[in-house]
Amino acid sequence: MARDESPQRRVLAEFVADPVAVVGVFLLATVLIVALTAPFIAPQNPYDLAQLDIQDSRLPPGAKSASGATFWLGTDDQGRDMLSAIVYGLRISLVVGVSSTLLALALGLVLGLTAAYVGGRTETVIMRIADIQLSFPAILIALILLAVLGQGILKIVVALVTVQWAYYARTVRAAALVEKRKEYIEAARGLALSPSRIVFRHLLPNCLPPLIVVATVQVAAAIALEATLSFLGLGLPITEPSLGLLIANGYQYLLSGKYWISFFPGVALLLAIVSINLVGDRLRDALNPRLRQ
Amino acid sequence: MLVYIIRRSLQAVLVLLVMSLIVFVGVYAIGNPIDILINPQADQIEREHAIAALGLDKPMWVQYFSFLYGALHGDLGRSFVYSTPALKLILERMPATLELALAAMLIAIVLGIPLGLWAGLKPNSVAGRSIMAGSILGFSLPTFWVGLMLIMVFSVMLGWLPSNGRGPTTEFLGVQVSFLSLEGWRHLIMPAVNLALFKLALLIRLTRAGTREALTQDYVRYARAKGLTNARVIGVHVLRNILIPIVTVIGLEFGSVIAFAIVTETVFAWPGMGKLLIDSINLLDRPVIVAYLLAIVTLFILINLVVDVLYSALDPRVRLAEAKG
Repeated sequence: MARDESPQRRVLAEFVADPVAVVGVFLLATVLIVALTAPFIAPQNPYDLAQLDIQDSRLPPGAKSASGATFWLGTDDQGRDMLSAIVYGLRISLVVGVSSTLLALALGLVLGLTAAYVGGRTETVIMRIADIQLSFPAILIALILLAVLGQGILKIVVALVTVQWAYYARTVRAAALVEKRKEYIEAARGLALSPSRIVFRHLLPNCLPPLIVVATVQVAAAIALEATLSFLGLGLPITEPSLGLLIANGYQYLLSGKYWISFFPGVALLLAIVSINLVGDRLRDALNPRLRQ
Repeated sequence: MLVYIIRRSLQAVLVLLVMSLIVFVGVYAIGNPIDILINPQADQIEREHAIAALGLDKPMWVQYFSFLYGALHGDLGRSFVYSTPALKLILERMPATLELALAAMLIAIVLGIPLGLWAGLKPNSVAGRSIMAGSILGFSLPTFWVGLMLIMVFSVMLGWLPSNGRGPTTEFLGVQVSFLSLEGWRHLIMPAVNLALFKLALLIRLTRAGTREALTQDYVRYARAKGLTNARVIGVHVLRNILIPIVTVIGLEFGSVIAFAIVTETVFAWPGMGKLLIDSINLLDRPVIVAYLLAIVTLFILINLVVDVLYSALDPRVRLAEAKG
């Protein structure tokens, strides 16, 4: 490997060296495009009750509707086209997953950087809270919160942010503690720059690589957690179902052999999570200097 | 060592106190305690009686201490639905959950460590890569969906295994268990595999990473230079060194298996604490929710305490670091 390669190019080169990761990127791109263009590619609007016909309910994949259209992935108990419901559900799952991750990232970043830069008692308090919280599994904390707060899209985002912030706080603090001792920070201090400028313009950009890895993996975890909570009946409202709720809807029909109502939303969920994890996994290896030979 | 255990236990008590305060604030202060603790079917006079009897007209800190007093005496209120003490309900359901969690953990350990070792020793072989790809799948598959698919394949399509419940139980040391009868195993195996998948993936990755790192260390090179057989180098030198973090993670993950059992129990209608929690949330049976939360928090703190103490016994460096910090 040439010595004068830029770090970005090196990471990119290592990333594409693994065909599995490239497949992951393609999958992820497909999932994102489908979710973004949902209204244009879905055969029907699954939330528009006027478009649903109860006579079409629980049809198997490939069946024709009363009006002649084909339901490629079958229909659910309300005669909703599963393909359309999945495309829209994917969108909701992604929006909830990504937005809660970004909010948690922002919160964790500020708290972690504060802990590392200020130190002392502030640091002890913040990191102890993070430690205690991380000693409990995410699903338990989210369940406790939703049992207390009630349900709704905003509440589930609050629960997901609460669950996730500690990962970022811990990661960014660890990175910042290392960076803090380096000479460029001392130089910035010597120039009498304001603390917030040092933290956000100098410290932050150098702490980002490990955070990117954690955030990628956490988006997948957030999507899975939201789906699980929705499946348990504690997540999103039934009016605009996410993938988890679609799967829960099909649960009662599974025993009578009507597998498609649960099966296909699960496949979509799996594709979304796997693609994110494949990319995140490769990113971690590419950004980890210890595994480089 | 004794000082460390005492310090660590005090810390555990502190965490427990903080948690009890959070649960109290969550359920009693944020939510309306009158709605939470008094049966919604009660009429006006009954309500006022109950408010006075429960001391809800007293100041907040008095209420917290009486809540704490009750909790310490095992009194966490009565279930609205079953009309029995909430804590008793939880404790009755606990063996079913523990059995499921232990079976899952066992499956994960028996399969995960050998597979991880193999993937770590031959990271670039087809088998090594397949194991890693499989573990990514194991991480990505949502537990509840895998459960549904297991039911679909093994109960609906093949008809081999029952889709729900615990089946007939046998008494063992005063507790009802499933693992002593064939019929019990037929009920247990599917939920246990379902619950094990995630931990299996975790153990594979952990063992693989540990093995890869250990192989680059000097002590492995010296062991090889001494002319030891490959089996001895791997089995004694590598494995023993990577086992310390693995044992810790197994201990810590046991708690999370119990938490994740909530999902598996709901899918397979397994009559454990997790299913009871979800049923209670749906039925607004709040005393049971509070009892579950406090019981599981206590369980977690105990597990963390035991793991920390064991870890410091296994690895003296931890004790030294604690003493300095």
